[in-house]
Amino acid sequence: MIGSTAVRRTPGLDARVRLGGVGVSFPRPSGGRLRALEGLDLAIGAGEVISVIGPNGCGKSTLLRLIAGLLDPDEGSVSVDGAPVRGPSERVGIVFQEPRLLPWRSVGRNIAYPLELAGRPAAALTERVGQLIELVGLRDFERARPSQLSGGMSQRAALARALALAPDVLLLDEPFSALDALTRERFNLELLSLWARTDTTIVAVTHSIPEAIFLADRVVVLSPRPGRVVADVEVELARPRTLSDLDAAAASQIAAIVRGHLEAGAA
Amino acid sequence: MKVSSVAPIAGAVVAFALAWKAIVILGGYPVFILPPPETVARRFVEAWASGLIWPHVAVTLVEVAIGFAVGAGLALGCGYLLARSRLAERVLSPYIVAAQATPILALAPLLALWFGTGLASKVVICALIVFFPVAVATMVGIRAVDARLLELARSLRASRRQVLTTLEIPAALPAILGGMRVGVTLAVVGAIVGEWAGAERGLGVLINLARGSLFDIPLLFATLGTIALLGVALYLVVVLVERRLVGAR
Repeated sequence: MIGSTAVRRTPGLDARVRLGGVGVSFPRPSGGRLRALEGLDLAIGAGEVISVIGPNGCGKSTLLRLIAGLLDPDEGSVSVDGAPVRGPSERVGIVFQEPRLLPWRSVGRNIAYPLELAGRPAAALTERVGQLIELVGLRDFERARPSQLSGGMSQRAALARALALAPDVLLLDEPFSALDALTRERFNLELLSLWARTDTTIVAVTHSIPEAIFLADRVVVLSPRPGRVVADVEVELARPRTLSDLDAAAASQIAAIVRGHLEAGAA
Repeated sequence: MKVSSVAPIAGAVVAFALAWKAIVILGGYPVFILPPPETVARRFVEAWASGLIWPHVAVTLVEVAIGFAVGAGLALGCGYLLARSRLAERVLSPYIVAAQATPILALAPLLALWFGTGLASKVVICALIVFFPVAVATMVGIRAVDARLLELARSLRASRRQVLTTLEIPAALPAILGGMRVGVTLAVVGAIVGEWAGAERGLGVLINLARGSLFDIPLLFATLGTIALLGVALYLVVVLVERRLVGAR
């Protein structure tokens, strides 16, 4: 097996997020059911950063929806801190592929939206929004409309919104995939510095091997549909990381291993 | 308003009046067929100054306002139900479409018979005529709410009520107000039709008087002008509300 060179680490009973024997299927328009995930096991420790990578349609987004409580598994169990996931929770925040900002609200009011829905008092709201705006670098855009923002700024706002309720687990569904390569690199750097300050558990779905390695403690490779974990590759690069770490021999070696698993799955 | 924005409007009014005058002269029409614009304008000013028109305007305006409020209010609730419930759509839509397809002109005498010749029958007619465009616009607007935004709200644990007030209503508002633009002008038509079917007072009654017992054709035209202006004014009110509510997107 190609993965033999990488150490497989499985967090013990103290896992923050745990998926056990998870299977999900969707009704096919033509009848029958489409199996998206099958027999998927994954444990994520508190404060870990996990990248999930896999071919198109392998159920990466489905995996995030399960953890977010937006979808119930047909088989198996999903739990956060040992408690089964039953519907969305304040403890889990998600950034979708698209910014999904409400166009009739200003950037500041979009970031305040989760706080409003959770019934936070107005005074606390203003202060928290100020902090978040600062955190994602949108200081001059609090009153701007989403239509006035670039794609990158919109995703910053979406990230701030996901962080509003200070979740323990942050799910990222390829949120930077529509951005250009340079902006993306900068965002990943900022994301890591943000992570270092907040100690949030991050699960990031991505298409890009370098991005997966740069962000993560572990890169989880999914098989083509129905998706299950085919490799769980530890990334042994010191933190804080810089972009040049990706040029290191260790990084290239990990990339080769991940690519090997992806290609083995596709064959 | 700036001169540059008023000038084209004023120009169009002048052109309309000139064309009207030209038709009167070229066709050689007598006053009781087509009075010239200046005669109508004079009668219009006179009728307003003497206090002849205002009581009728007030009656019609009240009928339109209450009828619109009732019709649009019911339509908002019904349109939402149609958008979110398959069952409601199947059960209700045949009746709604049938009610819309039946000419209001044919229903008006019956409604006057049932509800009398007072305010009630006009409110019913106005509400009936306003209902359809607003209900359809609401249904379409609510159905068009982005499913991804609904998922976002769900991920943030929004209650049914929060989804309605913070997401569905704001998202559907442009469509709903579009339906109201149509509805408010139809409400004026509904009130006039209702007054024709039997009333003591109102612009529809004044039309009948001017054509019949008074035989004052310039007054008939002045009344028509008043009705048109009323429609335009109400339409502008909706546009202003729309600008205030959705203008800043």
